[in-house]
Amino acid sequence: MKEFTYTIKDELGIHARPAGMLVKCAKACESSIYITKGDKTSKATLLMAIMGMAVKQGETVKVKVEGENEEEDFLTIKKFFEENL
Amino acid sequence: MECLSGQAAFQGIAIGKIVEVKKEDRLIRREHIEDVEKEKQRFFNAQKEASTQLGALYEKAAREVGEANAAIFEVHQMMLEDDDYVDSVLNIIETQSINAEYAIAATGDNFSQMFASMDDAYMKERAADVKDISERLIKILDNKEQKNENFSENTIIVADDLAPSETVQLDKEKVIAFVTRHGSTNSHTAILARTMNIPAIVNVPVPEGIDSRPAVVNGYDGTVVIDPDENILKLAGKLKEKEIEKRNLLAEYKGKPTVTKSGREIKLYANIGGLDDIGAVKQNDAAGIGLFRSEFLYLQEKDYPSEEKQFRAYKQVAEMMAGKKVIIRTLDIGADKQIDYFNLEKEENPALGYRAVRICLTREEIFKVQLRALYRASVFGNISIMVPMIISLWEVEKVKEIIKEVQEELASDGIPFKEVEFGIMIETPAAVMIADELAKNVDFFSIGTNDLTQYTLAIDRQNPNLTMFNDTHHPALLKMIQQVIDAAHEGGIWAGICGELGADMELTERFIEMGIDELSVSPAMILPLRKRICEI
Repeated sequence: MKEFTYTIKDELGIHARPAGMLVKCAKACESSIYITKGDKTSKATLLMAIMGMAVKQGETVKVKVEGENEEEDFLTIKKFFEENL
Repeated sequence: MECLSGQAAFQGIAIGKIVEVKKEDRLIRREHIEDVEKEKQRFFNAQKEASTQLGALYEKAAREVGEANAAIFEVHQMMLEDDDYVDSVLNIIETQSINAEYAIAATGDNFSQMFASMDDAYMKERAADVKDISERLIKILDNKEQKNENFSENTIIVADDLAPSETVQLDKEKVIAFVTRHGSTNSHTAILARTMNIPAIVNVPVPEGIDSRPAVVNGYDGTVVIDPDENILKLAGKLKEKEIEKRNLLAEYKGKPTVTKSGREIKLYANIGGLDDIGAVKQNDAAGIGLFRSEFLYLQEKDYPSEEKQFRAYKQVAEMMAGKKVIIRTLDIGADKQIDYFNLEKEENPALGYRAVRICLTREEIFKVQLRALYRASVFGNISIMVPMIISLWEVEKVKEIIKEVQEELASDGIPFKEVEFGIMIETPAAVMIADELAKNVDFFSIGTNDLTQYTLAIDRQNPNLTMFNDTHHPALLKMIQQVIDAAHEGGIWAGICGELGADMELTERFIEMGIDELSVSPAMILPLRKRICEI
């Protein structure tokens, strides 16, 4: 299991479009990916659940990557956050 | 005649006939079913069909209103495939042995309520998206054709609110205004109106049953008049004429260079006060941004805006202007622009007080954050930096020293940046008098005529009792402008005007004779001024 924390820079937070892109990206990974904000955790493949977390700019989320291919998936997801959120 | 008012979401005048768009109140029957698997298959088929429809809508919207506005349909597609949503529908079908329509409606309600109850204006709006996809699925299951309205010319759409899929299906040739009973300036209707360039008013208490009645929509003050009388029609007609005149001008002078008959090209730039204005800059075809007031970043905050936040704003404007010049004026607060968290003391004479560059040079830590953000953004476009309220040469030298420190810090942090043009505002008589010295130390001058007038004539521009003395064409002022232009040219740099006088068409010819290189005016003045210059 590998994890990282990330503070959202996008002005609108994780809004509809990036949430959609995140789901796409997470679905393309073999590992299970989880996003945690405070006491709420969701699988990164669930669009509405992620939007429902209402992650705003300046808030920090924890991202957990778990699975056989976690080394590579970890890098993919991390890059996605840095480039899009 | 009935006059109603709401919140203007986009300006413009429309005179036409109302078409009321009603959501079909579909009563969804709750039916017991025997074959659960078959019902699930019905849902999957509808899901597939909906996805195809949304794909087509995306293509259509991308063509008509641009990819950014079309993205919502991509999100809808993904919502349709969302595991939670699908699981909920299947679960209801299975556990209650109930029809797919009902299961979808129940699921849609649950999810849209979740969004509606969120403490975030943007996310609240997403409730409409969930409803929209659920309704689409139910329509497909009901096997009803999507109704394609046949509008007559000059249709004013009145609705509770419009879902994105509804707005994109409207015949855009014939729709001339939107009026909604609910919605916000953030809603899809408002966004669509902006891209279609037609007036929109939201939150208007329009009564039911007004279909096909004549109406006037005024997107300038947010009013709707149903069954307008002769006077109102005449007034609206006049406003409309003016609007058309403006639009024709737009068409005629858009994309043309700003060149006098004798072949002198003038840089015609726009003054803006925030990122929202960039659309107007592009629409009016400015050659660049001559004054980007960075204060908005500070005014909208409760604490000093972070480097990251500023960087994003500067990067965005640089990118959106795609290589055209963007002159960003560093912090200019104090005097009439006060911000609580700066904790500035009350002053007897704020116009002559602690403001602009004077704050930056005494509270370097604030200034450095802005400069770092500016230099970081420099690699994303064509940014220039402009410093306001200069009176002495040492101020310029000091600012340049601080810039050097910032550059060294960035270099040692391995952050890319590039050299940018560095200019100052000439808005004090002192700066005019030493313009020759200043010209050797900067890349351009921009004359701020509002403050220069006030400081030269000793007239407080906020005081209405002084109107008769406030001669904005005062010869002293015009001599000063000439002096600044001459000093600039002698020093091999360019000079422009970014104050209100720059848009004063009585003086345009005079300024050009004086040798002005640039005029920066509000976006709406760009095309009228281009016309004026081309005629000289």
